[in-house]
Amino acid sequence: MTPVPDQPPTPTAGPIGGPIGGATRGPWVRVARDFARSPLAMTALVVLALVVLAAVFAPLLTPQNPYDLMQLDIMDGMLEPGSPSAAGGYTYLLGTDDQGRDLFSAILYGLRISLSVGVVSALVAALVGASLGLFAAYVGGRTETAIMRIVDLQLSFPSILVALMILAFLGKGVQNVVLALIIVEWASYARTARGTALVESRREYIQAADCLGVPMRRIIFRHLLPNCLPPLIVMGTIQVGRAISLEATLSFLGLGVPVTEPSLGLLISNGYQYLLSGQYWLSFYPGIALLVTIVAINLVGDQFRDVFNPKGRG
Amino acid sequence: MILWLLKRLLQAVLVMVAMSIIVFVGLNVIGNPVDILISPDADQAERLRVIAELGLDQPLVWQYVEFLKAALQGDLGNSYVFNQPALQVILQRMPATLELAVIAVGFATLVGLPLGLYAGLRSQSWLAKFLMAGSILGFSLPTFWIGLMLIMVFAVQLGWLPSGGRGETASLFGLQWSFLTADGWRHLLLPALNLSLFKMALIMRLTRAGVREVLPQDYIRYARARGLTEQRVISLHVLKNIMIPIVTVIGIEFGSVIAFSVVTETIFAWPGMGKLIIDSINVLDRPIIVAYLLLIVVVFVWINFAVDVVYTLLDPRVRLGQKGSAR
Repeated sequence: MTPVPDQPPTPTAGPIGGPIGGATRGPWVRVARDFARSPLAMTALVVLALVVLAAVFAPLLTPQNPYDLMQLDIMDGMLEPGSPSAAGGYTYLLGTDDQGRDLFSAILYGLRISLSVGVVSALVAALVGASLGLFAAYVGGRTETAIMRIVDLQLSFPSILVALMILAFLGKGVQNVVLALIIVEWASYARTARGTALVESRREYIQAADCLGVPMRRIIFRHLLPNCLPPLIVMGTIQVGRAISLEATLSFLGLGVPVTEPSLGLLISNGYQYLLSGQYWLSFYPGIALLVTIVAINLVGDQFRDVFNPKGRG
Repeated sequence: MILWLLKRLLQAVLVMVAMSIIVFVGLNVIGNPVDILISPDADQAERLRVIAELGLDQPLVWQYVEFLKAALQGDLGNSYVFNQPALQVILQRMPATLELAVIAVGFATLVGLPLGLYAGLRSQSWLAKFLMAGSILGFSLPTFWIGLMLIMVFAVQLGWLPSGGRGETASLFGLQWSFLTADGWRHLLLPALNLSLFKMALIMRLTRAGVREVLPQDYIRYARARGLTEQRVISLHVLKNIMIPIVTVIGIEFGSVIAFSVVTETIFAWPGMGKLIIDSINVLDRPIIVAYLLLIVVVFVWINFAVDVVYTLLDPRVRLGQKGSAR
C-alpha cells in the first residue's frame, strides 16, 4: 500500500520516462531516483513505512489485544503514561483508559482501521473516478458534459458536508463510512483524469490506435490510463491522507466507525470527555499518531508532485 | 451579460431542485421513515393510521410534490426534540454560526495575507521557509484535534480562556451576539482561531504564490524603475493584482467555513447550527436534518452564484472563457 512505485517498467509510459536522462532501466527507476533526492521526502517515506508496518504487525508489537476484555485489568484504569501494570510484566507506555486498556495497543489497532478505511476508499474512488474521467474525455460530447457537471456540482460542496449528508441517510458503520468517502472523493479523480486525458487523447499514439480499430475499452485502459497515471498517483497519495483525516473527523463527531471498531478518530473522541479533568494522554497520543501519518503522506505526495512535474520545482 | 446571468440563475435553481430531490429520496428511500416515526410497540392498525396520516402511502412523486410545496412555504415539519418548527429552530442558531464564521474568516485574512505577502517578497529568508512549512502543517492537522489541543493548553493547563459556550451576549437588531461583550470575545477566541487555521494556511499560500507570480512582471519592474517607493509598489501594484483570486477564494471558503463549523461548534459547545445538526443526527430528529441540509444547500448555491457573478465583473477574461466547453 505504500506508494512506492513497484510496477514493472512500462514502455508506454511516455511523459514520465524515456531514455533522455540516461535511464535505460525504465521510467520508474528514474522516478525512484528523483524521489530519493529530497531527504525530507525520504524521511517521510520511512516514517510512513514504519507506521504501516506497525499497523500490520500490531498484534505482535502490542502487549495486549485492547479489544479482548479478558486481557484488560480494570485495576489499571486511567494510569498515566509510563505506569507499570498492576500484575507486573509490562509498562503502559502511553497510559491507559478508564477500562484499563493500554493506549499504545489501542493506537496501533486504531491505525489499522484508519489506514484501511483511507486506503480502500481512496483506491475504489480512484478506480471509479479515473474510469469516468477517462471515459468522459475520450467520448466527449453530451456524456462528457453530464459527467463533468456532476463533478463540478459535487466539488462545489465541502467534503465534510457531503459525507455528513450521506451518513445522515445511511447511519454509521465502517462500510457506510467507506462508501461516503468514495462518494466524496471520486469527483477529484474524475476531474484530474479528464484534464490529463484531454491532452493525451490528442496525441498521435491514441489517434493511431483509433485508426487501427482498437476497441474503446482497450484504448482507455491500455493506452490512455498508463499515460495519465502520474497526476493520478499524486492525487491518490494526497487523497489517502484526506480520507484518513475525514474519517477521523466523522468518527470524532460520532457519525463514523462504531464503538466496536475504534479508529484513531474515535479514540480521540473517547478521550475528549476526560480532557477537561486533565487526563490529556487519551486524546493527545492518538492525535499525534494521526498527525504523523497524515503529514508523512502529504510530504510523500508533495514529492511525487515535484518528481512528476519538474516545472513546479523551486 | 444579462443572458449569461439568467442562464447562471437557472442553473442555480436547477441545482437546488436536484439537491432537494436527493435529500428527499435519501431520507425516504434509504432510511424508512416509518421505523423512525412510529414507536416499535405500536400495533398494525396504529401503524397504518400514522402512515396514512403522514401521506406515506402515496406515490413517492406525489409525496415529493407535497414536501416541496410545504418547504417553499417554509414548513419543514416540527422538530421531535424541540417541538417547534424545524426551520425556526435552525434560524435561531444561525447568528451564532455566522458570527463565528465571519470572525474566523477575518482572522484568516488578517493573519494569512500579511504572512503570505512576506513569504512571497522574502521567499529565501528562513522565516518565509518556516512559514511555508507551518502552512503544510496547517493543511495536515485535523481541525478537531487542534481544537482539543487548544482547549487542553489554554483552558485546562493555563486556564486563560473558557473551554466552551457563547458567554455573555448583547442584543443587536433583536439578535444575540457574543462579539459585543468582552466575555463573549473570550469565548469566541479559541473556536474562531480553530476554525480559521486551515483557511489561514490557504490564504497565506495563495498570497505567496500570487506575489511570486506578479513580482517578475514588467509592470512591477517598470514601477520600480520609475522610482516608486517599495511600499507603493507593493500596496498599489502587487496587492491589487493578486486580490482577485484571493477575494474569490475567501468568498468560496466562507461556505466551507460554515460547513466545517460543525466540527468546531461540537468541540467548543458553541450553540450554532453545526452543533444542532450533529445532535439531531445522533437522535434522528429528521425534520431538523432535512431542514438543515436544504438550508445549507440553498446557502451554498447562492454563495457560489454570488462568487461567480463578482468574479465575472472583476475579471473580464472569465467572460471570454465562458464560450468554451464546460470547465
